[in-house]
Amino acid sequence: MRNIGKYILMLKDVFTRPNKWRVFFERLLEELIGIGINSLPIVALMSTFIGGVIALQTASNMSSPLLPAYTVGYITQSSTILEFSPTIISLILAGKIGSNIASEIGTMRVTEQIDALEIMGVNSLNFLVLPKITAAVLFFPILVIFSMALSMLGGWISLVVSNLSTTEEYVLGLRAFFDPFNIKYALTKTIVFGFLIVSVSSYYGYYVKGGSLDVGRASTQAVVSSSVTILIANFLLTQMILL
Amino acid sequence: MIEVINVNKSFGGNPVLKDVSAKFEKGKVNLIIGQSGQGKSVLAKCMVGLHEVDTGEILYDGRDFTHLDRHERSKIRQEIGMLFQGAALFDSMTVEGNVMFPLIMFTKMTKGEMQKRVDFCLERVNLSGRNKLFPSECSGGMQKRIGIARAISMNPKYLFCDEPNSGLDPQTSILIDGLIKDITAEYQMTTVVITHDMNSVIEIGDNIIFIYKGQNWWQGNSGTIITTDNQEIGNFVYASEFMKEIRVSMQEKRR
Repeated sequence: MRNIGKYILMLKDVFTRPNKWRVFFERLLEELIGIGINSLPIVALMSTFIGGVIALQTASNMSSPLLPAYTVGYITQSSTILEFSPTIISLILAGKIGSNIASEIGTMRVTEQIDALEIMGVNSLNFLVLPKITAAVLFFPILVIFSMALSMLGGWISLVVSNLSTTEEYVLGLRAFFDPFNIKYALTKTIVFGFLIVSVSSYYGYYVKGGSLDVGRASTQAVVSSSVTILIANFLLTQMILL
Repeated sequence: MIEVINVNKSFGGNPVLKDVSAKFEKGKVNLIIGQSGQGKSVLAKCMVGLHEVDTGEILYDGRDFTHLDRHERSKIRQEIGMLFQGAALFDSMTVEGNVMFPLIMFTKMTKGEMQKRVDFCLERVNLSGRNKLFPSECSGGMQKRIGIARAISMNPKYLFCDEPNSGLDPQTSILIDGLIKDITAEYQMTTVVITHDMNSVIEIGDNIIFIYKGQNWWQGNSGTIITTDNQEIGNFVYASEFMKEIRVSMQEKRR
């Protein structure tokens, strides 16, 4: 409970007006590259392969002739949009980005760089964390849309290469019962997850005490906690939006 | 001038500063000295607001720093320069970026004006032409000098130096001490230096505050600290065998 209170107080300092907007936008650009662009390769790799595996597993489990052939495409589409791209990719990014943020801010804390900012009169939380949160909230939806597309592409490649379905059947499945609301649901989740990953990881980095060993511990704790908060938020958001 | 008035600070019920009062004078190098764990760093951190005091006041030229909110404190902090023990340079920025950072954040200077100021500050600490180096490419002494250049870039009224000589060889330490003394006199700043270094105490101590058991135990200058009969000061100043021998010879001379 104490951590939650401290986390909320931290957010109060994060969401204040930046000292200089020009500096904020420069920092935002750096973070868009660090958090967003640099995450594209891992998202592409994971999405293509997992999309392929989802399609193959679905196809291998469809032994009933009563099921239409386009079912594989439909299941790949719905599982990718509803769960894989927003949630699993966010969990992967929690590992990559979360540990990076916690160790970066944690190292700044133990080397007194944060104290230096504070003594200059800079709101260190606003300066360090707000551009990261903004970048994540802006770029995570792009990453997830990218992931959705590549995941479906991976599914198509795996099915065609394995000769388990035709392009026409797979595309028909992708388009069957498509509900645009599901995209809105996925993107809403993604924005929340992006916010949670960055803010929770920043919290662990910012309040670290001690030396390099403690920075390492904070980094691990950041990944674990942001993953747990993603799972809880995923459950709550699904309850609120879909049901 | 900075005034510390009846400051108390404790951590988890353990008192670290007990009713400390002191005056740090303008245009002088004011030293806070004492053994490890006696509270001198806590006092300095309270003075710059990195720790909140439990009771008492910190006045910057009569302005009460302790009861200000973040925004109001920020204004006074823009008048403070600080050199950290480990220099605390931003490792993602070049030397130039570090020195320019406060100017970018708090002034409306043009790029050219900022560049001029950065070059001036780097020249002042004998680091001309090192603008494009990163802190990781600089030696410990250079990092301290970059820290000083960053601290003076905003023309501060108050300069804090936390153990400026730690980890430096004696020659570089003398260089850093000289720089602090010169800058203080040149810009008429109120300089506060936290140190263990006896050479610094003798060389630059215009006003010395000895913190012992969380209290302002003794106050004097580099002349009086050598001759005082205060037992705790004696233990601190003459801790090494070499210094003890000097003390004995001084006492013999006096007789």
